[in-house]
Amino acid sequence: MRTRKAGLLAAVLAVGLTAACSNNSGFSDQTANQTAKPTAGKTSGAHLTMMIASSGDAETNAVNAAAQAWGQQTGNTVKVVPASDIQQQLTQAMAGGSPPDVFYGEANMFQSLVQAGQLAAIGDQIDNPDDFYKPLVQAFTVDNKFYCPPKDFSTLAIEINTKMWKQAGLTDKDLPTTWAKLEADAKKLTGNGVTGLVMSDTLDRVGAFMVEAGGSYMNADQTQFTFDSPANLKGLEYVQKLAKEGVLKFPKQVGMTWGGDSLGSGKAAMTVEGNWIIGAMKADYPKLKYMTVPMPSGPGGPGTLSFTNCWGVAAKSPNQAADISFVNFLTSKDQQLKFADTIGVMPSRSSVKDAFVADNPQQKPFIDQAANAVPQVTTVGFAQAQQAFDQQVINLGSSADPKQMLQQLQTNASALLKQ
Amino acid sequence: MSALGATSGEAAAVETATPPPPRGLNRTIRGTQAVAGWLFVAPAAVILVVFLVVPIVLALFVSFTDWSGLTNPLTGGAHWVGLDNYKSLLTEPGLTQSGFMTSLRNNFYYVLFVVPAQTALALGLAVLVNNRFLRGKGFFRTAFYFPSVTSSIAITLVFMFLFNPSGVVNVLLSKVGLHGPNWLIDENGLFQVVAGAFGVHSTPGWAQHQVLGLSLWDWLSGPSIGMCVLIIMVTWTTSGSFMLMFLAALQGISEDLDEAAAIDGANAWKRFWHITLPMLRPTLVLVITLGLIGTWQVFDQVYLLGPNNPTIPTPAYYSYRESFANFHFGVGAAVAFLLFLLIVVLTVIQRRLLPEDIQS
Repeated sequence: MRTRKAGLLAAVLAVGLTAACSNNSGFSDQTANQTAKPTAGKTSGAHLTMMIASSGDAETNAVNAAAQAWGQQTGNTVKVVPASDIQQQLTQAMAGGSPPDVFYGEANMFQSLVQAGQLAAIGDQIDNPDDFYKPLVQAFTVDNKFYCPPKDFSTLAIEINTKMWKQAGLTDKDLPTTWAKLEADAKKLTGNGVTGLVMSDTLDRVGAFMVEAGGSYMNADQTQFTFDSPANLKGLEYVQKLAKEGVLKFPKQVGMTWGGDSLGSGKAAMTVEGNWIIGAMKADYPKLKYMTVPMPSGPGGPGTLSFTNCWGVAAKSPNQAADISFVNFLTSKDQQLKFADTIGVMPSRSSVKDAFVADNPQQKPFIDQAANAVPQVTTVGFAQAQQAFDQQVINLGSSADPKQMLQQLQTNASALLKQ
Repeated sequence: MSALGATSGEAAAVETATPPPPRGLNRTIRGTQAVAGWLFVAPAAVILVVFLVVPIVLALFVSFTDWSGLTNPLTGGAHWVGLDNYKSLLTEPGLTQSGFMTSLRNNFYYVLFVVPAQTALALGLAVLVNNRFLRGKGFFRTAFYFPSVTSSIAITLVFMFLFNPSGVVNVLLSKVGLHGPNWLIDENGLFQVVAGAFGVHSTPGWAQHQVLGLSLWDWLSGPSIGMCVLIIMVTWTTSGSFMLMFLAALQGISEDLDEAAAIDGANAWKRFWHITLPMLRPTLVLVITLGLIGTWQVFDQVYLLGPNNPTIPTPAYYSYRESFANFHFGVGAAVAFLLFLLIVVLTVIQRRLLPEDIQS
C-alpha cells in the first residue's frame, strides 16, 4: 500500500510537472492510473481536479468549502480550478487528453461533449433523480441517457423600476400579468428619454414570448425543431408590435450592453432578465429600487425560458467512483441550499424550493415559473443558427420579417439534425 | 624567409602540396564558422519551427478534418473530411457560406477605404513634418506616431464611447442641427445610403439576384456606417507608423533636386508629383503591401465591435468565432488558409502593378 501510494505520488508529481510546463492555465494533472476502467477507481485517497467558471469570489469560496467538506468526509482531496474562460480551457484540457474529473457542464457545450465521448453518463447513479425539475433533466438527456445532474438554473422575469412605476401612476392592478397589460404599462412608462421595456436582442429573450403564445422550440420527443409554428410567429409578432410602437427597444439602441445596465442607468423602466440581475444590481446600482414580477401570460398561458448547467464528469477520468460520490454530495439538498444562499442561483431540486424561498424572498418570482420554463437548445451547431436569428432581432422595429426569421431559423436548425 | 615573395611562395607551395581537407570533420575555419553559425541560429530556428511551422502544418491538417476541439486530433479524434470545409465555405449554400462571404465583403470595403486613406494620410503627415521650416519636429512626430503604440483595444473602447448614440459625436452633431445615427450598430451600407439620397430606396429587381449567398444589393452596399467608424479609427491609428517610413525615405531625398526644379520654374505641387513621389516609390510599395496584409487580417477592433453588427466581422474574426464559439475548428482553419491565399494573390497583383524598380 505504501509503495503504491509513493508510486502514485511520484506519478502525480511527474505528470504535474509536465502539465505545468505545457499548460498555462495552471491546473495540475490527475493521477496517471492508466489501467483503470471507466467505472472503477477508489472512493478514498483519490485526488480529484475540478474546473469551474466562477462568477466571483462568492462562488469560488462556496465551491472550495464544499470540496473541502466532502474531502474531509471521505478522505479524498479536490483541487478546484476557477477557469477564466471555461469553454476554451475545458476544450484544451480535453484535446490534450487530461480533462478535469468534475467540471461545470455548460449547456452550450453539452452535446458537443457527448458527441466527442468526453462526458460520462452518471445520471443513473445520482440519488433521487426524480427530485430534479423535469425540463432540466430533459435538457441533459440524450438517447434516453441522463448524462449529468443539473447544477442550478435561472429563469427570466420582468424587473420594474418602482420609482418610475409609481410616478406613472400605476398600481398593483396594472402589474403586467398579461400581454395586453404589459403593452399598456410599457406605453405608459415610455417618455422623457425613458423606454418602457428594454431587453436584449436575442432568441434567449424573445423566445419567452414565443413560449407564452403556446409555441415551443422542439416537439415532444425532441426529434424535430418547431420554430416555424404559428404560435411562435404570434409570439414574435407581439414583440414586433411593441418594437414598432417604440415602447420596446433593445439595449444597443439605447447605448447599453444588456438589460441590467439599461434598467440601472434609467434608460429603461422595465427589463427582462434572469436571476443574475440580482447580484449585478446589488453591485453596480445598489440605490436603484426595483421589483420583480413573473413573465406575463400569453395566449398559450404562462411561459419563460430557463438557463441551466450540470455537474459533468469526464468519461476519461480514472476516479469515476469518487467523482460520482462527489457529485452526489454537491447535488444533495443541504449543499444545494448552501450554494443557492451564497451564490444566488436557484436549486435544481424541487424539494429545496420552500427553504430557498424562505431564505431569499426576492427570488420567488423566478422560481415560481420553474414548471413553465423552457430550457435552451443544446443541439451541436445551434449557436450558429441562433447567431443568424439574433442579428435580425434588432430590426424587429423596422425592417425585419418575423415569418421569414422563423422560417430561416427552422431551416438552419433542422439542417443540424440531419448531420 | 622574411621577404614577402618568399613566404607567399612557400605558402603557394604549401597550398598545392597539402591534400584537400578531410570530409566530415571539417577543420577549416570555414567549417567551424558554419557550425558556429548554425549553433547561433539554432535557438531562433527551433522556436520558429515549433511555434510557427508546426502549428501552420497542423492547422492545414485540421482544415481537412471536422475537429471539434474536444478530442486529440493527432490520435484519431478528428475525422478526415477532405475538401468539405472548403466546399461549405465556397460552394455549398448555407449559413457557413453566407457568413464567410459577408465577412469577405466587409473586409473588402474596409481594405478599399483604409489602404488609400492611410497611405495618403501618412504621406501627407510625413511631408508636413519634413518641412524645413517646421519647428518642433520631434513633438509632431511623437504626436502623430502615438496612436500606433497605444493599445488597439483601448482605442476601440474609447471610440465606442465616443460613437455611442448619446456620446460626444452625436451631441456635437446635434449642436449643428444634425441627428446622428446609432453609429456602431447601423448596418446600412454607405453606397446604399447614397443611392437612397437619389431615390433608390428599396432593392431594385436586378439587385435581388443571389450570388454566393448574398444578394447583389448586399455585395454592392459599400462599408456600413458601423464599418465607417472602424475605418476612421484604424486610418488614424496606423498612419503614424507608416508616416515614420515615409519620413525616413523623404529625408533620404537630397534637397538639391528640389532646388534645381524650383530654379527651373516648377511649383510646389509639380515638384512633389514629379520628383518626390517617384523617389518614394520603394517606400510606397512597402507601405501599400504592409497595408494590404494588415487590413486583410484585422481582428482586435472587430473582436470588440463585431458581435453587435453583422456588417463588421472580417474573415479573421469569422475564423475565430467558428472555431472557439461554434466548435468548428476545421472550418476556422479553412478560412485562415483561404485568407492566406487571398492576401498572397493580392500582393502579387500589387507588385505587378506597382513595381519597386524606379526605372520601369
